[in-house]
Amino acid sequence: MTTSIHLSPGQVAASLTLVALAAAISFWQKADLERDIGIATVRSFVQLTAIGYAIKLIFEADTLWLVFGLLAVMVVFGALTARSRAKKVAGAFWPLLIALAIAGATTLGLVVALGVFEPTARYLVPVGGMVIGNAMTASAVALNRLGDEMADSRARIEATLALGATAKEAAAPTVRRALRSGMITLVDSTKTTGLIFFPGTMVGMLLAGANPTDAVRLQLILLYALLGSVAIAALVATGLAYRNFFTSAQQLRDLD
Amino acid sequence: MLFELNEVSLTRGERRVLDSVSATIPVGATAIVGPSGAGKSTLLRLLNRLADPDSGTVSHRDRPLASYDPLALRRQVSLVPQLPALLEGTVESNLDYAAELAGKRVDTERCLRLAGLDSEFAGRDVARLSVGEQQRAMLARALAQEPAVLLLDEPTSALDPAARDAIEATLAELRRELEISVVLVSHDPEQARRLADWVVRVEDGRAIAAGPLGQVLG
Repeated sequence: MTTSIHLSPGQVAASLTLVALAAAISFWQKADLERDIGIATVRSFVQLTAIGYAIKLIFEADTLWLVFGLLAVMVVFGALTARSRAKKVAGAFWPLLIALAIAGATTLGLVVALGVFEPTARYLVPVGGMVIGNAMTASAVALNRLGDEMADSRARIEATLALGATAKEAAAPTVRRALRSGMITLVDSTKTTGLIFFPGTMVGMLLAGANPTDAVRLQLILLYALLGSVAIAALVATGLAYRNFFTSAQQLRDLD
Repeated sequence: MLFELNEVSLTRGERRVLDSVSATIPVGATAIVGPSGAGKSTLLRLLNRLADPDSGTVSHRDRPLASYDPLALRRQVSLVPQLPALLEGTVESNLDYAAELAGKRVDTERCLRLAGLDSEFAGRDVARLSVGEQQRAMLARALAQEPAVLLLDEPTSALDPAARDAIEATLAELRRELEISVVLVSHDPEQARRLADWVVRVEDGRAIAAGPLGQVLG
């Protein structure tokens, strides 16, 4: 895979025409999104430019410590972002942090160990970013659902505890539904990939002039890796977070 | 004594739900009576450690409840909550689940009969039962564990008078047939008269009286 593409700032600027079109539609239809479109455009430019330079430096340095450092930062910010979407789960940060770290480490470790990718910055940084990003979304969705389900199923869970079931046994149906909702989005989009939408990596490679067969193979590897990472993240996050709803005496904690 | 509460207090948020409650509950049938919000259900939940007090002690057969393994205790002291909350599946799968937790072999037909349900209910999906039938299935599920004590939280509050009478007859029958102790929460003193021989009266989180039925309810 030696393809590359060189784009000038002028070409990027030209694409702003579509941003102007979006703002014009918002103004015309009174959708009141012009300001948000402006902020989104500026933020995407600043953030992507910054991370582009950071990645360039890491690629040039080519030391794995810098790669691990960047991935660790992604895991922490991913856990913080996911926590803000799982407000009904007390103490969600640690389960999320552990889930993202395990999902990232396991997935990257496996693809390297199986010889799919070389352990270099050029592969680990972009693949790690995708893995952690998807794991973050899945675990946030799973914990959000867990919070809702624990509140809705409170009577049933306590009635099960009253029979002498452990917290794990009483929460099992709830945890299962939460895990499922964390995974289902990616499973569904994987089913329809190539039919209804073209995934980003494949589009990027095709645009960069890669052989379509290579583009498809890389995309498949990434999709399969993401399925694994999403499952691990949702499993670990729900498997740790449900405990926060119970006391050590297998009682339901009061909701605030 | 079956249960003994000594200076038991419990606070939820800003609210003191139980305030220095002291009472005894002997073997037999006891009713915990009082108005809504008095703390009756919370008191019942203390008896099988679905909740623990902030202060004070609860004893079961002269041994502090805190020293019991909560899981083993709950399989001996079964609580049937006010609103039915069965697991998804059939009535029989719920009974099997409860019996398995208690390490017992379930006699489904007998448990259903004791709870006033025909054996044909075994295969029914719990989602298709009426509230009264679900309440009976909850009772049958608790009986599948062969508990020594049954804790019942307002077992007839969601039922019409005919269904209430049927459940009360079932409970009276249960006591005769199984000789298990029953602690029943009720807001209705008349129900206590019909079912209990010992009464604990609770108001505003305090036990204002505890003793034989005739002495407490007159």
